[in-house]
Amino acid sequence: MNGADRFDAHDEPHEHGAQGRPGGRDGRDGRDGRGAGGGGGSGDVPRAAGGPGPAPAPRIPTPRTSVEDSGLPLPDLADLGDPAPVPLDLSHDVLKSLLGAWALAACSAAETAAVEHHLGGCGSCADEARRLREAVGLLHQPETLDLDPALRTRVLENCLSRRPPRIPVPEWAAPYDAETARLDALLQDFGDAEWHAPVRLRWFEADTPTSRRTTVAGVIAHLLSVDGIVATALGLEDPLTGVAGAAERGAGGPAGRTEAYWRASHFPPTRSVRGPWREQSHSLVRTVSFTGGHAGGLEVSYGDFALPLHDAMLDRAFECWVHAEDIAEAVDYPYEPPAPRHLNRMIDLAVRVLPTVLAERRRAGLSAPGRRTPHLVPAGAPGRSLRLEIEGSGGGEWLIPLDSPAAQGSADLEVAHVALDGAEFCRLAAGHVPPAEAAAGQVGDREAIRDVLLAVASLSRM
Amino acid sequence: MAGKDAPPRWDRKMQQRLARGEAAALGELYDRFASLVHSLGHRVLGDEQAADAVTREVFAHVWEHPETYDPKQGTLRSWVAAVTHRVAVQRLRDREEREQPRHEERESTVRRASVAARADYIAHSMPAPLRAALDLAYFQRRDYRQTAADLGVTEDEARRRLRLGLQLLSTAHDTGTPPGYRGAV
Repeated sequence: MNGADRFDAHDEPHEHGAQGRPGGRDGRDGRDGRGAGGGGGSGDVPRAAGGPGPAPAPRIPTPRTSVEDSGLPLPDLADLGDPAPVPLDLSHDVLKSLLGAWALAACSAAETAAVEHHLGGCGSCADEARRLREAVGLLHQPETLDLDPALRTRVLENCLSRRPPRIPVPEWAAPYDAETARLDALLQDFGDAEWHAPVRLRWFEADTPTSRRTTVAGVIAHLLSVDGIVATALGLEDPLTGVAGAAERGAGGPAGRTEAYWRASHFPPTRSVRGPWREQSHSLVRTVSFTGGHAGGLEVSYGDFALPLHDAMLDRAFECWVHAEDIAEAVDYPYEPPAPRHLNRMIDLAVRVLPTVLAERRRAGLSAPGRRTPHLVPAGAPGRSLRLEIEGSGGGEWLIPLDSPAAQGSADLEVAHVALDGAEFCRLAAGHVPPAEAAAGQVGDREAIRDVLLAVASLSRM
Repeated sequence: MAGKDAPPRWDRKMQQRLARGEAAALGELYDRFASLVHSLGHRVLGDEQAADAVTREVFAHVWEHPETYDPKQGTLRSWVAAVTHRVAVQRLRDREEREQPRHEERESTVRRASVAARADYIAHSMPAPLRAALDLAYFQRRDYRQTAADLGVTEDEARRRLRLGLQLLSTAHDTGTPPGYRGAV
């Protein structure tokens, strides 16, 4: 859709065609009067005098299927009048200009009759008429075949195994590459109705479900704005350059940037946001391929927290999937979870930041410290832990230290065990499922479990 | 038509990036052309799995031999279409040789599929205004006056677009590579 080559510049004279020009009646009645149809129509197109060699002239293709089979409304009976049109007296040039419309059975009956009368006497027009009629037979409704997103992975892997890339896409950027491609494919055939379909963004703030109404296009604008944080960190152009209020204090985070972007436009975002979003996502993948090897230490600041570049790209992949699901739900399309190995990395990121989040929540008085054991443990020492078991492909097991980000998860000090489906865990982390309702198998310290599930939900943001 | 003008900068840049072995470029190439490649493959071979296989082979060829694209001969899009055409027709030929004992039948199947694929490519890459006029007149069954009104153009212009669109489409019968890329593939 965003290929500029599909929409060549063209000059369209914007005037409204006058209906009922002299000599032309509204043309529906021409349908029955067209000559080159089933009833010996090919005989109406004479071979050109001295035509090409002995090869038989190609048969004029039979007319297209009847309107009754097309599911389109039938023409009004009133349009079917005038059964015996009088041939019009039209000039050669006008008749010639009608050949395309004639071949498509899109002239009035009178024009059809005039063209066919003319074909009997004009070899060059008859030749062209035959060619155009044949061309009509080549028109073919393109099937909108949704490409299987897994095909992209298979095709690219096949290529890369045959010729190893000199500049590979880093493994930690692969989920972002795949998720943006999947979302872009979902947007492919969206019409205006889909672009403007309402979407409710949902997340947790202060342990309470929060939401914000926008549209499909608004969601893409949100992704564009927040991906822009990573783009800016990499020295790429900020999509918010020139957006009023984007530089204000507090506007640096995901929500602030999104609100600034939405506010800056007088009109709600439209499908035109897809191009810039996709271009930026391609640039990100490209840029991290070049800088990725040395950029391990690069921090991406989200305003009130920061992530290393690798994790920021995983975070953006996760957000892309979550919002793609929001969009798919809004337009009632099916949408699959990410590839298992990508899902696994996303879960792993959430699990890795959890100890820090737990510590922050404790400091903020949002969760209770462990009462039975000292919650401060020396750095690197084993600490009280929760075993998180993620089921399904992409799952795994993690031991989350509960009392200090510096502690080591420890099986010996396991105080609780939570089992959860991978996609469900991600919905919890996205703030789409309240912690109390997350379908989790739970054994052990209930307070620890509650704290961890709340902390997972608190990872969500707009 | 594609190929009339010097290929856009994007094409040359993409070729350089592929030649350099940039995996991210391969991903972008796929994102831009996969649906074209897959639908042409599907049009020639008529089934999903075969179209998947064509897609795999075409991108492998482009990735392994980006230097065989000559920007002077046409756009990257037209080259990718030409490669697809060759790969898909070869696969059809192989299949027919296994399944169809009669030589003439085989040849006519291949010819038909080949023309159909060229026509799809032409219809896909013709200027959008021509395409829109054909869509209205053929698929929506509007007559040319209604087509003119729908498009907001004069009736003369609507007739011109319908005729020109069909003229372009009729070149699908000319043998050779798809229009727009003149080099041998």
